[in-house]
Amino acid sequence: MQFWVIQTLNSLALGGLLFMLSSGFALIFGLMRIANLTHGSLFMIGAYIAASVLKGGYSLIVAALVAMALVGLIGAIIERFILRSLSGNSQGQVLATLGLSFIAADACLMIWGGDPIPINAPEMLRAPMQMFGFMFPTYRLVVLVISMISAVLLYLLMEKTRLGAMIRAGVDDMQMARAVGIPASQLFTIVFALGALLAGLGGTVGGPMLNAYPGLDADMLPLALIVVILGGVGSLIGTFVASFIIGFIYTFGIALVPDLAYVILFLPMVLVIAFRPSGLFGTIRA
Amino acid sequence: MIKNSLLYIVLIAILVILPLFFGEYYVNLGSQIMVAAVFAASLNLLVGYGGLTSLGHATYLGVAAYTSAWLFQNYGMSHEYTALIALLFTTLVGAIFGWISLRASGLSFLMLTLALSQIIWGIGYRWVGLTNGDNGISGLTRPMPFGINLENSNNFYWFCLVITIICLFFIARFVNSPFGSSLKGTRDQEKRMSALGYNVWMIRWITFVIASFFGAVSGLMYIYLNKYIHPSVISITSSAEALLCVIAGGAGTLAGPILGSILIVLLKNYVSGFVERWNMLLGIIFVFIVIFMPAGMAPGFTQLKNRLFGGKKL
Repeated sequence: MQFWVIQTLNSLALGGLLFMLSSGFALIFGLMRIANLTHGSLFMIGAYIAASVLKGGYSLIVAALVAMALVGLIGAIIERFILRSLSGNSQGQVLATLGLSFIAADACLMIWGGDPIPINAPEMLRAPMQMFGFMFPTYRLVVLVISMISAVLLYLLMEKTRLGAMIRAGVDDMQMARAVGIPASQLFTIVFALGALLAGLGGTVGGPMLNAYPGLDADMLPLALIVVILGGVGSLIGTFVASFIIGFIYTFGIALVPDLAYVILFLPMVLVIAFRPSGLFGTIRA
Repeated sequence: MIKNSLLYIVLIAILVILPLFFGEYYVNLGSQIMVAAVFAASLNLLVGYGGLTSLGHATYLGVAAYTSAWLFQNYGMSHEYTALIALLFTTLVGAIFGWISLRASGLSFLMLTLALSQIIWGIGYRWVGLTNGDNGISGLTRPMPFGINLENSNNFYWFCLVITIICLFFIARFVNSPFGSSLKGTRDQEKRMSALGYNVWMIRWITFVIASFFGAVSGLMYIYLNKYIHPSVISITSSAEALLCVIAGGAGTLAGPILGSILIVLLKNYVSGFVERWNMLLGIIFVFIVIFMPAGMAPGFTQLKNRLFGGKKL
């Protein structure tokens, strides 16, 4: 019983983390039709920055804010100076982000070295928590709570603000959105920075679960891809549901069939694509 | 046409006698370039002629190499059988992955090919019981076709040259055939081709299967060259390198992937010989080419030639 309860909580925490990772990717892909292959790198850079800030003796909250700000800035720079010059050429934009992901991976290796850097959860969150006769890993509960808060904030941003309305209009029909006077150029930069910022937050919050290590980018990017493909392009709800599906499959996969966990991770995506090419909640025909 | 054939014969003659003048290091480099060229040319069928950017092509090189290595190591099968089974199995994997990836098009196709290739990477890297994980499979030998010893680097170079010429010949025949024209049609005018009664999906799927077959051939060349296979061969970096060969050389041209492979293999060997920063350089070249030379080197050279010789055909 303890096993199932703990694994369920782990799945939920991983699902929340995946949502923080994938929602940014989904926003960028939905609005700009860019499969941003630097997304895993942005997550990794977030984790590394957080590790450095923590090493400086600051709290995890400060680390998260710094990581979000810096990674968001990197995202804005990438959009403004590289992707902008390729606008209209979505193929070229993907390839450019692929090149940037190699540069980022090597740059991190140069700056932070090849050894994994552990990221410690705050002292008070490290001890397991006792509830209903079960021992819960406290930090994972916190991750779940943070991801829920960011999901709600993202939902409010998208549904209740003018910015959100513009983004939704752009996702539905970019040409029409431009025609009614939505400043697409600024919107793109904002959304790219927002997506990067979410990845940076994910990297910080996920840090204590994953640590910062070379190759973290290549581990996270495919997860973002399968979540977004499974959930359906253009749907944040889809991304949310798919994050938790993948969170469960990966956690229980690791616990039950460790050798094959990574492989069965892709099964739901393959099955859904075989029967519903636009994903579970896809609004845009891929 | 006759002039062109003459050009090819001279070119092939030069390539044939080349190893007699160079040391073993350079001969091996030549073999390496040919492996990369067949690999890139097979990917070019999808990227250049089909307009389908695949980010998972290392799968087909890797599956063929792993299958052949695994059968050799575990069952001690002779090379004729391992090669045959590897080609068949890889093409089957290509048929299945193509069927799944082509459910989508455009960027979703690209993401699906990447995600599917990650499954293969996962098997290669994490399924230690099957693939020996991070240690890879080593202790392999080269085949002895017609009793010729390929352990000799010159002989191996000639073996690669024969295979490469055969592959490039068939790839050229394929893209210049009526089927190749219909493929280019689906790239340029998907809706019109569909309206004309062509089965766009089937054309793309057949091309995907053929591309994975030639990818498998390059995989066999790879495993014979290196006698060792490691999961990094099926990583996204490996797929990206092939894509870079295609794009740097010129997608949708026959010479492009070859030129691109020469550039990338030479760079890789020289750079990794001096500094550790190959990935950084790879990324920089990628961004540079995408922004400043989107058509690649082959069309660039054609333009240069036309400027110098006033557009005369060589």
